[in-house]
Amino acid sequence: MSTSLPRTRLSDAMTIDPADARSAGLSKLRALESEAIHVMREVASELERPALLFSGGKDSIVLLRLAEKAFRPGRFPFPLVHVDTGHNFDEVIEYRDRRAAELGERLIVAKVQDTIDQGRVQDGYDPSRQGSSRNQQQTQTLLDAIEEHEFDACFGGARRDEERARAKERIFSFRDDFGGWDPKNQRPELWNLYNGRLRKGENVRVFPISNWTELDVWQYIEEERLELPSIYFAHEREVVRRNGMLYAVSPFLQPQEGETVETLSVRYRTVGDLTITGAVESTASTLTDVVTEIAATRVTERGETRADDRVSEAAMEDRKAQGYF
Amino acid sequence: MSAANDPAPTASLLAEAGDPVGMPALRADLLRVATAGSVDDGKSTLIGRLLYDSKQVLADQLEQVEQASVRRHGEGTVDLSLLTDGLRAEREQGITIDVAYRYFTTGDRSFILADTPGHVQYTRNMVTGASTADLVIVLVDARQGVIEQTRRHTFIASLLGVRHVTFAVNKMDLVEWDEDVFRAIEDETTRISTQLGIPDIHVIPISALQGQNVVDRGELPDWYPEDEDHPTLLHHLQTVEVSTDRNLTDLRFPVQWVIRPGESAADVGGGRWSADDLHDYRGYAGQVAGGVLRPGDEVQVLPSGVRSRIARIETLDGDLEVATAPQSVTVHLEDDVDVSRGDVIVGADEDAEAITFRELEADVCWMSDRALRPGARYLLKHTTTTTVAKVDAVLDRLDLHTLEREDADGLELNDIGRVRIRLKRALVADPYLRDRATGAFILIDEGTNDTVAGGMIR
Repeated sequence: MSTSLPRTRLSDAMTIDPADARSAGLSKLRALESEAIHVMREVASELERPALLFSGGKDSIVLLRLAEKAFRPGRFPFPLVHVDTGHNFDEVIEYRDRRAAELGERLIVAKVQDTIDQGRVQDGYDPSRQGSSRNQQQTQTLLDAIEEHEFDACFGGARRDEERARAKERIFSFRDDFGGWDPKNQRPELWNLYNGRLRKGENVRVFPISNWTELDVWQYIEEERLELPSIYFAHEREVVRRNGMLYAVSPFLQPQEGETVETLSVRYRTVGDLTITGAVESTASTLTDVVTEIAATRVTERGETRADDRVSEAAMEDRKAQGYF
Repeated sequence: MSAANDPAPTASLLAEAGDPVGMPALRADLLRVATAGSVDDGKSTLIGRLLYDSKQVLADQLEQVEQASVRRHGEGTVDLSLLTDGLRAEREQGITIDVAYRYFTTGDRSFILADTPGHVQYTRNMVTGASTADLVIVLVDARQGVIEQTRRHTFIASLLGVRHVTFAVNKMDLVEWDEDVFRAIEDETTRISTQLGIPDIHVIPISALQGQNVVDRGELPDWYPEDEDHPTLLHHLQTVEVSTDRNLTDLRFPVQWVIRPGESAADVGGGRWSADDLHDYRGYAGQVAGGVLRPGDEVQVLPSGVRSRIARIETLDGDLEVATAPQSVTVHLEDDVDVSRGDVIVGADEDAEAITFRELEADVCWMSDRALRPGARYLLKHTTTTTVAKVDAVLDRLDLHTLEREDADGLELNDIGRVRIRLKRALVADPYLRDRATGAFILIDEGTNDTVAGGMIR
């Protein structure tokens, strides 16, 4: 049922050497990379005080590489910021500090513990309460850091394929004074023309890898040979099974009555707090093994490893409305 | 189709979900698709079907959909349209409020699907979705045939310079796969597209609900035989050729960011660059908007008109011999000239006058509750330049029912019309249909900072 009409309009203006077109065709990853670099340079050009949120997780590691591609040999026109809940994997913190030093870029660590000590939030973590975490409190710490350093834009590594509230979020996602996201009132985003103008009190979260999927991120990491924190690869760890997930035993998460500690070969698919991030059983010890496993997986990363998103059908939507990333 | 009126009577999709897709090719290319259709054309079901049948739906997502289906329609139902259900705000109101983006990969092509709602008042969403699309799928309900909305969506696709339009004639099962019904729609959609000058159109009969001819062919009548000329919808999306759509003739490199590290940056990158490298380093970073960039090419920098040659095309991964849209690169010129953000590097033989505009005629889609009135002042963002713009006149407004242009003294939300705009700073631009990247702009309200319009230069 095809009707190919004679080419008109656009093509009238062009004489194309088909060989040229083919050789110039970009692979998907390079097209996504170009788009992300463009977004980062727009933010650097149009906003006064950007920051890049760097958690040591794979998505923000990709952001760092994209920033190198966008700004080297210049310095990044922004610092790196880590919102630190204190409930981290040691391997991730070690990686975070080392990576920032290698890049020669400034790292600001905003601590949830400080926010708690100042009495600005109540600690959501209670060792005696299963599943409790500081997930909610990091929002306040982030908002405080934004205010203290007067950041007007924060790069984040969120992707639209992660979760359905994200699927509707713009690349430039404006937040009100309280960090809140209003999905019904987003600016239309046309072509690659981003409107970065802020109202007083507003700031913007910018997601350069919005259009990437989890697999794109892994393939990019592989293609770019990016180093990752070791917890992304299979290793032996003491874990307990809880609600169908495997949690690492740590000072913040102790086995409860009736739970047995097992030592299993596991890896992590996402990096979050020790208290809420589940591991998956795996023997994938190289990047290639991991990418192969991810490609064959049957469960989304957030469904498989993040307790924070399993709370309700609209868990992410609610948290975003309150200022979560 | 809305969730409420058409749950699929399947017991458990989870039980049927096939093997995972495995690894997409590393060299997969990317096709950006926008979908358009009215509320009851079955768009959500179609997208759900594409995702589901191409095995892109993971177990926990399916489980969620199954649970939601049962809650809403009762035991034993699975409603694929719920797969694309976004926000609670929408679920509660049974509407789609915004553009949603979906991702899937089959074989060696990846797709970004902009799902745009079809309500008449949501023209702005379709314009947004189509602005980045290579291809638009227009849903047609076989029972209703070509309706006003079909014409409108096709028109918007052509206005946004989308060269590939696919009409998916849905609900063929409800007209018993009647060939006459299909042919009538095929003739009418072909006629409309020809009139609009859309270069590549396809008309494909499907039933999203039954899963016929979307990803798998299923049982189809003899008049749609199994051969290359009668593809499934997905097969067509996988094979449509879009690499020649880009403008490879007119070099346009809008400078986005000037990299001048100075010696103080010598500690970045672990010693990869020496202080000597950095002392005189000056690179012009940006995304190629049109044409082909090669080292040695003679160029001019507009608006100054200063001439030089391309010395290097740099990326972090090494220098390039050639760059085309939409690559992000860093350009070095042979001469030490003054270049800043907003300048545009074009070919040396380009007639600078002919591509420099102080006044524009453009079609705009109005996206704000506050109407456009002649004489109003806005900020206009075009490539990497933002300038003050005054709308001198509203020349006409498109009647979205008849698609006729009529006189107008303003534009309201979701109106499309032609305007004449005067610019404070001259722009290096092209007609939109010659180069989408250098022919597009947005208007920003200085008071609210809202994006109030998308515009296409005539």
